[in-house]
Amino acid sequence: MKLSKLLESWPALRQLQEGDLLGLGKAVQSPRSRALTPRIDEAEHVVQSICPYCAVGCGQLVYVKGGEITHIEGDPASPISRGRLCPKGQASKSYAQSPLREYRVKYRRPYGTAWEELSLDDAMEMIADRIIRTRADTWEFETEDGNPANRTMAIGNLGGATLDNEENYLIKKLMTGLGIVQVENQARI
Amino acid sequence: MSTLETARPDGWQTYGDEKKERVGFFTDTSVCIGCKACEVACKEWNLIPEDGRVWTGESYDHTSQLGANTWRHVAFIEQRKPLRVDGDGELGVDAGGDGGADLRWLMESDVCKHCTHAACLDVCPTGSLFRTEFGTVVVQQDICNGCGYCVPACPFGVLDKRHLAPAPDLPAFAKEDGRVWKCTLCYDRLKGGHEPACAKACPTKSIQFGPLEELRERADARLAKLSAEGWNGAQLYGRDPDDGVGGFGAFFLLLDDPEVYGLPPDPVVTTRDLPEMWTNMLAAAGALLAGVTALTLVGGRR
Amino acid sequence: MPGLGTSFGRGGATTFQQDLQNADCVVIMGSNMAENHPVGFQWVMEAREQGAKVIHVDPRFTRTSAMATKHVGIRAGSDIAFLGGIANYILQNERYFREYVEHYTNAPVIINEEFSDTEDLDGLFSGWDPEEGEYSVESWMYEGMEVHGSAGQREQGFKPTKGEASGHGGHGGGLHHGEPPSEDETMQHPRCVLQLLKRHYARYTPEFVAETCGCSVDDFVEVCETLIANSGRDRTSAFVYAVGWTQHTVGVQIIRSCAVVQQLLGNIGRPGGGIMALRGHASIQGSTDIPTLYNILPGYLPMPHAESYGDLDGYVTANTSPTGWWGRFRSYFISLMKAYFGENATADNDFLFESLPRIDDDNSAYWTVEQMLEGKVKGYIIAGENPAVGHANGKAHRLGLSRLEWLVARDVVEIESASFWYDSPEVESGELKPAEIATEVFFLPAATHTEKDGSFTNTQRLLQWHWHAVDPKDDCRSELWFYFHLGRLIKQKLSESEEERDKLIKALRWEYPTHSAIQEPDAEAVLQEISGQEIATGRFLSGYPELKDDGSTLCGCWIYSGCFQDGINQTARKKPHWEQDGYVANEWAWAWPDNRHLLYNRASADPDGKPWSERKQYVWWDEGDGKWTGLDTPDFKEDKPPDYVPPEDAEAEDAIAGDHPFIMQADGRSWLFVPQGLEDGPLPTHYEPHESPFENALYSQRANPRRQQNKELAEDPYNPVNGEPGAEIYPYVVTTYRLTEHHTAGGMTRSVPYLAELQPQMFCEVHPDLAREVGLEHGGWATIYTSRSAIEARVLVTDRMRPVRMGGREVHQVGLPYHWGKRGLVTGDSANDLAHMALDPNVHIQEVKAFTCGIRAGRRPRGAELPRFVAELREQAHSRREQDPRVEPEEARKTSS
Repeated sequence: MKLSKLLESWPALRQLQEGDLLGLGKAVQSPRSRALTPRIDEAEHVVQSICPYCAVGCGQLVYVKGGEITHIEGDPASPISRGRLCPKGQASKSYAQSPLREYRVKYRRPYGTAWEELSLDDAMEMIADRIIRTRADTWEFETEDGNPANRTMAIGNLGGATLDNEENYLIKKLMTGLGIVQVENQARI
Repeated sequence: MSTLETARPDGWQTYGDEKKERVGFFTDTSVCIGCKACEVACKEWNLIPEDGRVWTGESYDHTSQLGANTWRHVAFIEQRKPLRVDGDGELGVDAGGDGGADLRWLMESDVCKHCTHAACLDVCPTGSLFRTEFGTVVVQQDICNGCGYCVPACPFGVLDKRHLAPAPDLPAFAKEDGRVWKCTLCYDRLKGGHEPACAKACPTKSIQFGPLEELRERADARLAKLSAEGWNGAQLYGRDPDDGVGGFGAFFLLLDDPEVYGLPPDPVVTTRDLPEMWTNMLAAAGALLAGVTALTLVGGRR
Repeated sequence: MPGLGTSFGRGGATTFQQDLQNADCVVIMGSNMAENHPVGFQWVMEAREQGAKVIHVDPRFTRTSAMATKHVGIRAGSDIAFLGGIANYILQNERYFREYVEHYTNAPVIINEEFSDTEDLDGLFSGWDPEEGEYSVESWMYEGMEVHGSAGQREQGFKPTKGEASGHGGHGGGLHHGEPPSEDETMQHPRCVLQLLKRHYARYTPEFVAETCGCSVDDFVEVCETLIANSGRDRTSAFVYAVGWTQHTVGVQIIRSCAVVQQLLGNIGRPGGGIMALRGHASIQGSTDIPTLYNILPGYLPMPHAESYGDLDGYVTANTSPTGWWGRFRSYFISLMKAYFGENATADNDFLFESLPRIDDDNSAYWTVEQMLEGKVKGYIIAGENPAVGHANGKAHRLGLSRLEWLVARDVVEIESASFWYDSPEVESGELKPAEIATEVFFLPAATHTEKDGSFTNTQRLLQWHWHAVDPKDDCRSELWFYFHLGRLIKQKLSESEEERDKLIKALRWEYPTHSAIQEPDAEAVLQEISGQEIATGRFLSGYPELKDDGSTLCGCWIYSGCFQDGINQTARKKPHWEQDGYVANEWAWAWPDNRHLLYNRASADPDGKPWSERKQYVWWDEGDGKWTGLDTPDFKEDKPPDYVPPEDAEAEDAIAGDHPFIMQADGRSWLFVPQGLEDGPLPTHYEPHESPFENALYSQRANPRRQQNKELAEDPYNPVNGEPGAEIYPYVVTTYRLTEHHTAGGMTRSVPYLAELQPQMFCEVHPDLAREVGLEHGGWATIYTSRSAIEARVLVTDRMRPVRMGGREVHQVGLPYHWGKRGLVTGDSANDLAHMALDPNVHIQEVKAFTCGIRAGRRPRGAELPRFVAELREQAHSRREQDPRVEPEEARKTSS
């Protein structure tokens, strides 16, 4: 470090120079403090989203940098929430980045005592096969009293209240097409 | 003390033209719903480590107090006391049971007071604690050496050294840290023109952010309204520039005496006599300075 | 929610959250809004700050009570008594909004001579069939006219082959010039709805309310007076409820009670009024509108039942109301079939109606679990739900899962419903052994809301689009991806199949564009299908009036029709509120139907179309322009004048008169009395919860006779109730709930460090008197037990959990949050393990807001000791009951007849 610079950075001298004799303000402001910027200003893009928790439907702003969420806060433009969030909504970045979040398929074979690895493609194939098999084994053209049934009563699907409308639409459409009628969600709960 | 009588925060004047309007918080507990959005918003923004998972039994408060890892803290006080000064159950509730005393549940989001005369600032030997251009008090983490002088200096127990418990599920935070941490009033956000995270999140605007003068006016009007409505115990805390710390940069409207919330009733800057001491010592310091400068210059030439 | 649907025409909240700021009084009941909808609560605080009264009626003193101007504590499960008391107070004192009631509700309509009230039949309505345990609805009908409800069991009494049970020879008469055939405008006829109501509620006096609910007469009267003083031409009051009302065996009827009160006060369809239903999940409204429910198709079209309709015409006839917007049922259904099956659905093949799967009366989630326990269900897919913690009687669910052949669980974290086979209370107790469980389990990691495009429908029927922000990592995928590719794979594998059963899946239209490396389906393409198009041109429809019954339009959900009108994603509109005129903010997202925010808003004007008052103006008739106008999209045919009188032969919406605002209803009026659509009666009546330490003060019929229960199911035993020996083992009322800091079954919050620390442990809330009574120590441990299970919790002794005094008895209430389970950063026992699976008959919802329990100091037994402990107490209780079982009146009647 050059001497003059060293001297300038010496607190006592800065205190004298900047009239901050007690070293309470500007004189002791560190370079980091001086250069500080909020990380939301460094986001590459900001996405308007909606909180995933309750049904108030608060607006969220999702700040993204380098393909990662750097922050989530309320969207002031929303006429419902006006930029505010509750603790859950405010924690949604931590939810998306939870230390307990799972990123890989886990498989447990019948009578197995531990999870095993399985590729997503294999899992999808296996699930499709199981639906086809169970459905074929248990298909009912008619009810016991001879009324039309066109269904399997051996498969059920649960979930939906936390999902998007488009997702629920595909679930109900697919299950109806497959003759699976036990389609239910948290609306009952 | 003359310095105590002025509402100008120590050190703020040093910014000259760069000085910004002094800003702060007005926390109005009469609309606080105790949701703790402020605690979480603060942690999300400031990337504060988790503060332990201890069930305390203190009503719904399990973070217990302000500290290095909790910069906003919501206190919950369950009281057998009418909410109205005339004892009416209106705004409160008949608790039933034996006494029939009224029940109320007070909630208050506490935070660093950003004192006008801040003892923490005075005692910090490294210049880590400093007054910002916004009139707020901030610990500079690149400077703090963890000496801890500021910890006992704070009349509110706000300053705290960070002691990280092993957190296996939090690898990002799993490192030791001996520095002191507290509310920065979101110094970085202020620099970018954003309001602090807690105030932005607060669902009922119990936490209001703004120019301090404006907040004080708002608070006065609010107190007048509540008093007219007969709210029991409504009072402002830290609003008065003539109090022992020259008024808070972050002040409160409480519904009972400060002690009830675990706040000191009459806080005094612990370094009250320091300015006088400084004046007396200034000459000596000047002499020392000259000497040291000379030595350094010699050393530099070597 | 059929409580709202049958009363007003649509099963959604009648208003929107921002409008609560206009209320002069807000009654929050069955909801803890400040804790569970904190950001929505800002609008209640706005109202309070402007001088509105905020009344919280709740068994507990919560963070909502702390903000209220008045809290009234009542016994859990006594809501109908309280609300019925308000109705009675209004009626007896002639304080109803006469002009509103006369013109806009069915108060003047005369009901069938055959109708008998619960007051006449000791707790049953006419039409009760003790053999079937069901009602038939003929005697509830309008005199000279049979009407379809707008919601609930729309086919009830109309299903062709129910034959004897329904006995219908058609729909009887219809409206005459927009009015039912038999009316008395003076509302004096002894069989008109207003007089029936008066008699029905006559015994719900303030003293009765105080005695049944455990509140004071003064508090109750104060609530009535406050409500009445803040209702009328110039003032309005709003009600806010949530699952505190729905989660009862009389849940739908509690909401109906509120509907009755709000109709009498004239508060529906008006600013600052209405019934704000607060849903608990981001898209729970959406998942009933576009249902992942067994009994409906999108837009509340009933799933076909197994009873034969003959053909498509039979099904359409059974569901078409000759008058009102349900008169266009056929166009809604055909457009859905075109969306589902495209060119494969034609007029020649009845649009594939014959091939659709059929349901039974109950194929709901709890029924499915019973089937699982019996080994009848082989495969189960769980996506974004955690029944092992979130459903009543968690143990039954976990045991059910262990009897599956295969299970797919999709979530962001490994939830208890995925880990039951190695980490559950039953593994701990030895009741389940991993090496003996045959279930094959696939856990698939899901994407979060930030990782996908899509729309949520919030609590006020507002469809709000959220944009993808980052890509899901590794194996994480959206449900859109999972179900689309699953369907694609299955269709591919079955493409060569000649099997009859595969006909429908092969006919399914399943082509959606995909993008990005993972081939994510385009969510907007799905939304376009939901919104609807003219098939020949591809033109996006502007709304459901454009739907055709000839197969020329497709629409995946008729009530959402128009959400992509003009080819623009209306749900993604994000115009800031400060750039919009007025608080309604019509250009933010899109509300169903037709971007109407406040439903039935024609009622905000008087019969002549003028605002009731300047202060409460909202939508009114503009004489000059010849149309309805105002702050919101009018919920009325824009150019139908207030003095419109339908011609005699008018059909569908044309049959609704210009002064009848409830356009979905067969008669254009809101229904104080519901002649069709509900399983358990046309009027709400007080019954005790399924498990209760009290007698029904009104009737020997103790609980809802129509409630669903399965006495045969070994996994779901019930506690003895009041009057039965053994009840003393479970003497306390228990109620379960959520906290601000957590979300439902905890999967989305127990895994989040900043939330876990805020409420780190399962606890129970008890009054100091109860603590003294059973020796509980503040901060210590308690064991809470029922016939189902026992759990442990830390003890929070608080005055906020007050006991109720009734009939000289003091009964304590135990409060239990239900967020915890075995997994997560913070773990604990699940409150739902204690609950039973008796259900509301209309919506199959469990009663977790009021049941009975025992409590003692200390931690629960561990390992095999736990089921032994539960069984010992249960056997003790049940053997005492067997010595002198209570016989429900309907059973007594059955035996004697």
